[in-house]
Amino acid sequence: MATSALPARRRVRSKVFMGLSIGSALLGLTMLAIILGTLIFKGVSGLNLAVFTEMTPPPGEQGGLLNAIFGSVVMTVIAVIIGTPISILAGTYLAEYGRYRRLSHVVRFINDILLSAPSIVVGLFVYEILVATLGHFSGIAGAVALAILVIPIVVRTTEDMLRLVPDTLREAASSIGTPRWKMIVSIAYRAARTGITTGVLLSVARISGETAPLLFTALNNQFWSTNLNAPLASLPVVIFQFALSPYEDWQQLAWTGALLITLSVLTLSIFARMLTAKKAQR
Amino acid sequence: MNAETHPEVVRSAGTKEKISIRNLSFYYDQSKALKNINLPLYDRTVTAFIGPSGCGKSTLLRILNRIYELYPKQRAEGEVMMDGENILTSKESADSLRSKVGMVFQKPTPFPMSIYDNIAFGIKLYERLSKAEMDERVESALRRAALWDEVKDKLHTSGQGLSGGQQQRLCIARTVAVRPEVILFDEPCSALDPISTAKIEELIDELKADYTIAIVTHNMQQAARCTSFAAFMYLGELIEFDTTEKLFTSPSMPKTQEYITGRFG
Repeated sequence: MATSALPARRRVRSKVFMGLSIGSALLGLTMLAIILGTLIFKGVSGLNLAVFTEMTPPPGEQGGLLNAIFGSVVMTVIAVIIGTPISILAGTYLAEYGRYRRLSHVVRFINDILLSAPSIVVGLFVYEILVATLGHFSGIAGAVALAILVIPIVVRTTEDMLRLVPDTLREAASSIGTPRWKMIVSIAYRAARTGITTGVLLSVARISGETAPLLFTALNNQFWSTNLNAPLASLPVVIFQFALSPYEDWQQLAWTGALLITLSVLTLSIFARMLTAKKAQR
Repeated sequence: MNAETHPEVVRSAGTKEKISIRNLSFYYDQSKALKNINLPLYDRTVTAFIGPSGCGKSTLLRILNRIYELYPKQRAEGEVMMDGENILTSKESADSLRSKVGMVFQKPTPFPMSIYDNIAFGIKLYERLSKAEMDERVESALRRAALWDEVKDKLHTSGQGLSGGQQQRLCIARTVAVRPEVILFDEPCSALDPISTAKIEELIDELKADYTIAIVTHNMQQAARCTSFAAFMYLGELIEFDTTEKLFTSPSMPKTQEYITGRFG
């Protein structure tokens, strides 16, 4: 009796467990599908040329998102330009020069805290050091806030990717008399290039949807502006403002903006995935 | 238990000592991995380091180009005289020493770049050459490593696309290209098939005309085939050093006898 009962009970348990796993996976996917579906359904109807050529309108008038798109792109690019070199150098310290140093443990710990810090705290921090001191909101303050969000992500991926480079490769480089810095720049970076690029892309994906840090720094601007020393519009903030408004045309633009951000993040993620997949194939 | 350098051994070598290891001890943090090693490496001669795993062969090899310095808490005590200077205390930088004492590793380690650049990389560290001169150096290094004919039509493809044996010969070519005086081989064939192994052994035999060579190997036949001197190590000590022929046919220490006849290790 026991001999036949045991496998049967195991089979049932296995089925139940598998059922739960599949159910959870489906639940997650369904949520994602609903979100994407709603976005596309509500967003696509507002997609037209005006979105990309006109400024954010006052309520009740025709308009687009050009100033917001421009502001988002500019701040993201500056954030990456500020954040990436700092992060790659810090990650290099952690993985190469400081690998066995106590300081690395401290830096790594702080970096992990920064990685999970709420972005609104970062926004407030930059408000205090740049907005409050200069006396006005500005695009550059927004970019700095985003850069602070980029740093922990890229530091982490740079360190992880450099650590994946086998020590035998470092020894091989050293064994022909390569100085340490040259080994890092010409060999380790090259071996870790794809991974580090992926990290930067993912950090872009992360910051392109951030609203909170921009509310305290770049604020918003209804008009076309390229002045980084003045308030600057951005897609997330415009979406935030328009979605909460009672005006239907503003709400429509908010949906369209949300769709744009989602599509660009999706494209970036797919691109990052393709890079990693290509790397794995080799 | 330390082997003496017998006068007749030196005479039979007929050449000067390129490297003299004297009273060398090595520590990984607190643990002593090498105990008071005394050993000569003769100029333009191949010397084998044999012994069971963990006996300190690779450790000894890694002192000769100070590659152990890449890691913390490892230190060497004693003397490693090369051309009259103790490399452990000399003011010469480790990088400059390593350009004179090359190393080939157990696993092939091509750099993530083209075959051509794998070779040119090391040369560029020390010399400024014209394109034509560089082409010539790359070709001669690849020829020296018996790889030229197999790769001459794909010099600009990735070095990582080659087979294991070809990659190992690429690494040898890369080492030879910077014109070292000594080449250290750390089990260079243990990841290779018999045909690739034969090619590498042939190569080592040719290279000894120009370089002082030390090779760590677990393969007794290999040691017998391509080395002139052999050092048997056990538990961090040098048990016996002699000509390969003598060490393999009539070793003076019982431990050596036991090891080479396969009774342990």
